[in-house]
Amino acid sequence: MKLVIFGATSAIAMATARRYAEEKAVMLLVGRDEDKLGDLRNDLLTRGAREVYSYSADLSVVDQHEKMLEQLDSILPDFNAVLIAYGTLSDQELCEQDFSEAAKELNTNFISAASLVARIANRFEARNDSAQCKIAVITSVAGDRGRKSNYIYGTAKGALTLFLQGVRNRLSASGVQVLTIKPGFVATPMTADIEQGPLFASADVVGKGIHKAMESGKDVVYLPFFWWGIMFIIKSIPEKIFKKLSI
Amino acid sequence: MSNSSYQSWGRYPLATQQVRTPSWLKDLQLQVENSTVLPYGQGRSYGDCCLNDGGTIIATSELDRLISFCPDTGVLRCEAGATLQQINHFSIPRGWFLPVTPGTQFVSIGGAIANDVHGKNHHSAGTFGRHVLSFELLRSDGECMRCAPDENGEMYCATIAGLGLTGFITRVEIKLQKVAGPFINVELVKFNSLDEFFEISADSAGKFEYTVAWMDCLATGEQLGRGIFMLGNHSERKGELVESGWKNLLTVPIDLPGFALNKLSVKAFNTLYYNKQRSRTVQIVQYYESFFYPLDAVQDWNRIYGKRGFFQFQALIPTVKGRGAVRDLIDTVARSGRASFLVVFKEFGDIESPGMLSFPRPGVTLCFDFPNEGQKTFTLLKQLEGIVSESGGALYPSKDACMSPDSFQQFYPNWVDFKEYIDPGFSSSFWRRVSQGEE
Repeated sequence: MKLVIFGATSAIAMATARRYAEEKAVMLLVGRDEDKLGDLRNDLLTRGAREVYSYSADLSVVDQHEKMLEQLDSILPDFNAVLIAYGTLSDQELCEQDFSEAAKELNTNFISAASLVARIANRFEARNDSAQCKIAVITSVAGDRGRKSNYIYGTAKGALTLFLQGVRNRLSASGVQVLTIKPGFVATPMTADIEQGPLFASADVVGKGIHKAMESGKDVVYLPFFWWGIMFIIKSIPEKIFKKLSI
Repeated sequence: MSNSSYQSWGRYPLATQQVRTPSWLKDLQLQVENSTVLPYGQGRSYGDCCLNDGGTIIATSELDRLISFCPDTGVLRCEAGATLQQINHFSIPRGWFLPVTPGTQFVSIGGAIANDVHGKNHHSAGTFGRHVLSFELLRSDGECMRCAPDENGEMYCATIAGLGLTGFITRVEIKLQKVAGPFINVELVKFNSLDEFFEISADSAGKFEYTVAWMDCLATGEQLGRGIFMLGNHSERKGELVESGWKNLLTVPIDLPGFALNKLSVKAFNTLYYNKQRSRTVQIVQYYESFFYPLDAVQDWNRIYGKRGFFQFQALIPTVKGRGAVRDLIDTVARSGRASFLVVFKEFGDIESPGMLSFPRPGVTLCFDFPNEGQKTFTLLKQLEGIVSESGGALYPSKDACMSPDSFQQFYPNWVDFKEYIDPGFSSSFWRRVSQGEE
């Protein structure tokens, strides 16, 4: 497997990459900060990764994506797996007051991710070994239902989930795995300002879960598993009641 | 984690501090307006040497990346926030083990250096600092220096056992020891007196890499000094690491009421534990976690001591004063009625410790736990401190919450030299306490 990780310096991506390193994987790390990519590269090589490359880019710049993918292909030819693990946690209040902020969040968390998925889907579908190819994308439980506390982020992630569902349907014939990863609360720098409760999971636990789901060909996975149950209930609440709640 | 959860293991004293948790060395910021800083590893120090009440602590838990490993020499380079547990999980399957390990693996490498920790193999391997080939130290003025025995040698010696006061250790290079697998061949030997303890200790030092004794300090009169000696060597037996995820289910989720640990309950435990072993010597093979880290199996075991917290009193009595002072300590504890659950005894060897403020020196070290019962406990600790002081011994800063400045300065005469290596932007509750406000 030749795995490209977009947003490699995020906590969850690093935890997943470490699991792959233990299996002597070949990886290409994409992120903004070269120094951090370098630190991560050393960590993964030490842990057993066979080869690790890095490439720095700002993934929110969508019109650079085609050129970037060509360059990634020249660094790691015929890469056949990707994990999209970058995102920003929107400032809900700010986004409500200033739609240009909301638009920026939607661009980073949905449009740019969808752009990568779309281009990679085309590449993977056309390959002879398409059945060995994997597209794994981190969305969120926040995308399962719109809540007043977090709906800009939720919309982006929900749209991405829907997009992936369509792509999964399209690529089913070619055998490409399209995995939607829905973490709940995870203790990472993204949630540093949120009061942590008992539902918070470690990045390590989520990383393990992603690795397992990717390797076992899953379509959708809630991490940790109990979020499936929580969201089942959340999604079942009639709108008449839900619209009055403050979750 | 909320700021208030960054405390010390004994949970006395409690501190109020700002917490920063950088995820990358690049993001490390040591200058905080109107505040000193102190690195905080895993918070396994008992007293206040890992606290900076009123100031800022910089948690190192995310600075845990490995940098390189040489499978031929066993030299590992990593960021200083990596824990001994992470290193064990990485190195043991590759046939390498920590050269020195304390009684818990939930300790960061930076913390192991800052306290110059010791283990059951002190008599054969010395302290942790002896196996640190080099490290990088970042100072609050932005200077980054590489420290090794032959490069910035004095800063190297000041930082080992330097309690995090000389700067922020960023990257570390250590030499591991070669092992065949994760098992230890263990001999458990019963003994009945303090004299027997010293006999077995002397006899076993050349034959066993790891030696430590547990003593029943509530047994008085005839039974004074009865206990069990644990002697170990790395086993040639090979094996896989056990996934210990399920073990952490055994946890103490709430604070037990203070009376849960009193003299009667401790006595019952002691008697059971000692009498559980029927024959004089037993030989078993143990998985390394059971031998080295029995308490780690119970997460948050410090909560057994209740909300008031507890004290650990670890003393060193120099060889020349040996048994007399040790007997005094045990007698004083027994007479006080204050229960000590875990009493560990070990003789240190004479391998010199590299740090200016290193605790281990030739002699016998004993370690008592006391629940915090207020004034009665303080009185006892002061009495014990007096005995140690008179014997020319020392107390271990990593465990200490109440030694006086006079005692500290007597135990660590190098403190005067050490002072000039302290980073002016760094401070700790411990240092302010024992240096009488000087920085």
